[in-house]
Amino acid sequence: MSGANRIPGAGRLTPAKTARFFFDGKSFAALEGDTVASVLLANGVHLVGRSFKYHRPRGIVSAGAEEPNALIGVERDAARKQPNVRATVQDVFDGMKVISQNRWPSLAFDVGAVNNLLAPFFAAGFYYKTFMWPKQAWKHVYEPQIRAAAGLGVSPTEDDTDHYSSRYAHCDVLVIGAGVAGLSAALAAAKTGARVIICDEQPEVGGALHYDKSVTIDGQDGYAWAQATAANLAKMDNVTVLPRTTAFGYYAQNFVGLNERVTEHLAKPDKKLPRERLWQVRAKRVIIATGAIERHMVFANNDRPGIMLASAARTFLNHFGVAVGKKVGVYTANDSAYEAAFDLKRAGITIAAIVDSREQPGEAVLAEARSLGIDVLAGHAVVDTGGKLRVSSMSVARNGGGGARKIAIDALLMSAGWTPSVHMFSQSRGKVAYDAETQRFLPGTYAQDCLSVGACNGTNDLQATIEESLAAGELMSNASGFTASQKLALQGANAFAWTGGMAGAAEGAGPDTTVKAFIDFQNDVCAKDIRLAVREGMHSIEHIKRFTTNGMATDQGKLSNIHGLAIAAETLGREIPKVGLTTFRAPYTPVTFGTLINHSRGELFDPTRKTPMHALEEAQGAVFEDVGQWKRAWYYPRAGEDMHQAVNRECKTVRDVAGIFDASTLGKIEVVGPDAAEFLNLIYTNSWDTLKPGRCRYGIMLREDGFVYDDGVVGRMAEDRFHVTTTTGGAARVMNHMEDYLQTEFPHLNVWLTSATEQWAVIAVQGPKAREIIEPLVEGIDLSNEAFPHMSVREGKVCGVPTRLFRMSFTGETGFEVNVPADFGPAVWAAISERTEALGGCAYGTEAMHILRAEKGYIIVGQDTDGTVTPDDASLGWAVGKKKADFVGIRGLRRPDLVADGRKQLVGLLTKDPAVVLEEGAQIVANPNQPLPMTMIGHVTSAYWSENCGRSIALALVAGGKAKIGQTLYVPMPDKTIAVEVSDMVFFDKEGGRING
Amino acid sequence: MADLATRTLPLSGFHGGSGAAALSVASPATRISLRAKPDAVAALSGVLGLSLPTKAKTSASSNGRYALWLGPDEWLVIDENEADLMAAVASGNVLHSATDISHRNTAIIVKGRGAAVAINGGCPQDLSLAAFPVGACSRTVLAKAEIVLLRTAEDTFRVECWRSFSPYVSTLLAEAAEDAGN
Repeated sequence: MSGANRIPGAGRLTPAKTARFFFDGKSFAALEGDTVASVLLANGVHLVGRSFKYHRPRGIVSAGAEEPNALIGVERDAARKQPNVRATVQDVFDGMKVISQNRWPSLAFDVGAVNNLLAPFFAAGFYYKTFMWPKQAWKHVYEPQIRAAAGLGVSPTEDDTDHYSSRYAHCDVLVIGAGVAGLSAALAAAKTGARVIICDEQPEVGGALHYDKSVTIDGQDGYAWAQATAANLAKMDNVTVLPRTTAFGYYAQNFVGLNERVTEHLAKPDKKLPRERLWQVRAKRVIIATGAIERHMVFANNDRPGIMLASAARTFLNHFGVAVGKKVGVYTANDSAYEAAFDLKRAGITIAAIVDSREQPGEAVLAEARSLGIDVLAGHAVVDTGGKLRVSSMSVARNGGGGARKIAIDALLMSAGWTPSVHMFSQSRGKVAYDAETQRFLPGTYAQDCLSVGACNGTNDLQATIEESLAAGELMSNASGFTASQKLALQGANAFAWTGGMAGAAEGAGPDTTVKAFIDFQNDVCAKDIRLAVREGMHSIEHIKRFTTNGMATDQGKLSNIHGLAIAAETLGREIPKVGLTTFRAPYTPVTFGTLINHSRGELFDPTRKTPMHALEEAQGAVFEDVGQWKRAWYYPRAGEDMHQAVNRECKTVRDVAGIFDASTLGKIEVVGPDAAEFLNLIYTNSWDTLKPGRCRYGIMLREDGFVYDDGVVGRMAEDRFHVTTTTGGAARVMNHMEDYLQTEFPHLNVWLTSATEQWAVIAVQGPKAREIIEPLVEGIDLSNEAFPHMSVREGKVCGVPTRLFRMSFTGETGFEVNVPADFGPAVWAAISERTEALGGCAYGTEAMHILRAEKGYIIVGQDTDGTVTPDDASLGWAVGKKKADFVGIRGLRRPDLVADGRKQLVGLLTKDPAVVLEEGAQIVANPNQPLPMTMIGHVTSAYWSENCGRSIALALVAGGKAKIGQTLYVPMPDKTIAVEVSDMVFFDKEGGRING
Repeated sequence: MADLATRTLPLSGFHGGSGAAALSVASPATRISLRAKPDAVAALSGVLGLSLPTKAKTSASSNGRYALWLGPDEWLVIDENEADLMAAVASGNVLHSATDISHRNTAIIVKGRGAAVAINGGCPQDLSLAAFPVGACSRTVLAKAEIVLLRTAEDTFRVECWRSFSPYVSTLLAEAAEDAGN
């Protein structure tokens, strides 16, 4: 037998299928289909946690997602631990470890419970009032203490070993909730042929049919009908049935997030299965069938373990076969709790009494209670409870006063009525409307294409729910163009129609009392806290909520919001709708980070882009660096070399012999059309109509504000075709920038842009022997200096495949950039590499490339410029066409502050001690002895050791820099101040003869 | 004279997926990005031997040649027989722009009853046959990568992406194909 409180013959679980799990180290036997809560209750365990603030002993309150108290940690192994799982929704699996939370050293004896005795000091708003001063104490005392005390559960510290999946889906009708309403709606929609997705947070469909055994649909047991209906729906091609799937967020345009828990209930999940699956559903129409949640009664000490919702007790009995007590009391303001008493009584449990706050309970339930011999105390209240770790008595008094009588119980069921679950409706930005007669907020004005049906729409009657839902299913399908061939009809019947319900504090917990009558169990908010908040001047429910933290726990006030509102309204002397209702926000119930993001871990976190030659470079020993999404060869260390030595060798080899470099990541844009030159005239500062086919030009591109945006070499392949290159990092945004201007400012031009970055593998060959290296590989191009001068481009063949061969240089050496269709890159790289090494050259990486270009004073946009640098600031004024009438940024360049004296200008810096290499980003001052804070006149943008110069070199942006050439400036560092001399930007081959070699 | 350079294909030898959605690499093809105004469509259609589609999300195909509508003046033309598409469109002698992107793109074929579900692992589009019938195409996203999607049969899609994104795209599709079988 799996627990002393199992009632033979009760419930729907199969006794033959068992599992074993551990709660705080103690072993329990469970049945397949049990939740942690149902097993604990089967074994008489009600105490499952401690409350957040007062550490009061707490038990299981509900049997569903609304559970505020029973938060547990679930462990599979060291890596797979999940805190704050609601015990009422966690299926038991064999071998699972469950740990209670927020207690030390143990659940039964918790040191933190001293807070309960100190409760008078922890009134609402306590934090705001107490930790005001001294100011220093915040940082060192209050905040660390509060942080240590705050939060529930313990996060796992190891990497999650599970995998997760994500899926987009579309449907005509999404049905949220699979109770009677949801299933009826889905059935009607499915029969029209519309694509239907129906999801439900529970392991099985059925909703309220889990507990309400009295329901029949077309004469069939309600729960059995639900299972059969779901099975039939699942067989239909146009229907997806998703149990264990919570619709947690309702976003714009019927975009709904679903969290499917695929393996959380399995002892040994198939490794292929994702732990959780995120569904992102775009639905043409949504039917919200989320039911209603029972409210608890607000009375003194209503939080002892063993006090729970009446519907929960019914679920535990009718679904799990578990009696929550042996002598059970009921405290209600509503008929529904009577049925819990009836079911328990019929199962042989003693019902101590039904205490009903109403003078006149519903006649039908009253009659049934009498016939079952249950004592009903109408017009009475439970004014207190007794018991330490579990409720042992209730004190009952006549409404309006009089002596209280103590009745011994071991469980107390309560119901203050039902709160329609308008969460999804509210998240869809629908406006709720208050129904004064039933004291409920119901869907009012719709903002999206959705419809609420059943209990969440305020429809109580079973048959009315069925008819409303069938109609909704058909109507919402019609909107997508599907119609039913025949009208569906279902006949539902149940035992009792319910009346009654109340919101706010019950008798004995009213305005003049100071008892602990909890409204928010998880955040320990009592009725008196709401009143205190009002007295202290909080008149909006939004303020009251934040002052008291009512409804701000992980259950987001599923039980407490309406009570809090009613108490606030009563205290303020206003109508409930005048006080307002707080907004419902996603997620409906907590969603793990795993669901949201773990499908994009590791390789799938972000694309890693590699050039066609990556594998060859790897084989050559390259160390790679990340440049945006790209992996670029950084340097190629040889045996025994560190980075510094490798880079020095590479730099030296390029200038002495030659080097080969992978430049494939540079952005390439093919600009084609009769107006291509005119377009480039407008995009770049230089002029392009004078550039002849076969020649190249370095171009500068500005933003509208006149600052440098990107640069690159552009080759004219034909009258109407340009091969534009951009920086690696700028490739995508430059393309967008150009396309933006083309479409919005220059739509009259006949020109088109195509990204060709990845069409070409680019192999730069640089150095005195560059020509000698490629010569035997090239066909159809005269490589001589005369026929093919610097800044030219030719088409021909290399290694027998087509090439666009550029004569250009980013090193100041004789240079070629061999462009071949990307698939040929590796073979051509191998051939050129072989030649290079045979002639004494080597492959070089991005670090050497950076140094070689700095030796020549070539800037890198984004490193030596920062978005506030004009062409003139960067000594690139020569690249601005003085005679041009228009280009992007021409007006910006004329702004007074862009032409003023004293702008920061790019210059070279030479440290007085040539061995000292500056730090990039270091600030520059004129006088190192000035008082702090010093006036900073610029900063270092690039700084390297130059093996070719035999000293350090640097580029810097310095205010009025060009006029300071020859002057001494200072770079203060934490440990020393470095003296530097301002120089021009060219450090090597100042005459520039080598490039034309 | 140097040896003729050989081709190294991205994703060379890649295959995988699941029983629900098998993945394979498409064979090499020639491709151009074709841009032209409406008045050139007829002439370009003529020299390409297919009718360039002018409606969003549609494509045309003929003997292993596909033209995919990507925008009002933009088509992706793919020739599985590796014909010289640049020469073909040039022969039309009408105003247009063509750029050879044969090596820029690569393609993965996703085939099986779960093909759409696998692609929906990263692509937010509605891939039902009603919304995305055979021949439908779209420049869209697969999680963080841009792709061009073409449905070549009820259970088969061609996923075109830039070559450097192909490891990401294939890894994502492999995971999603696995999940599509669950």
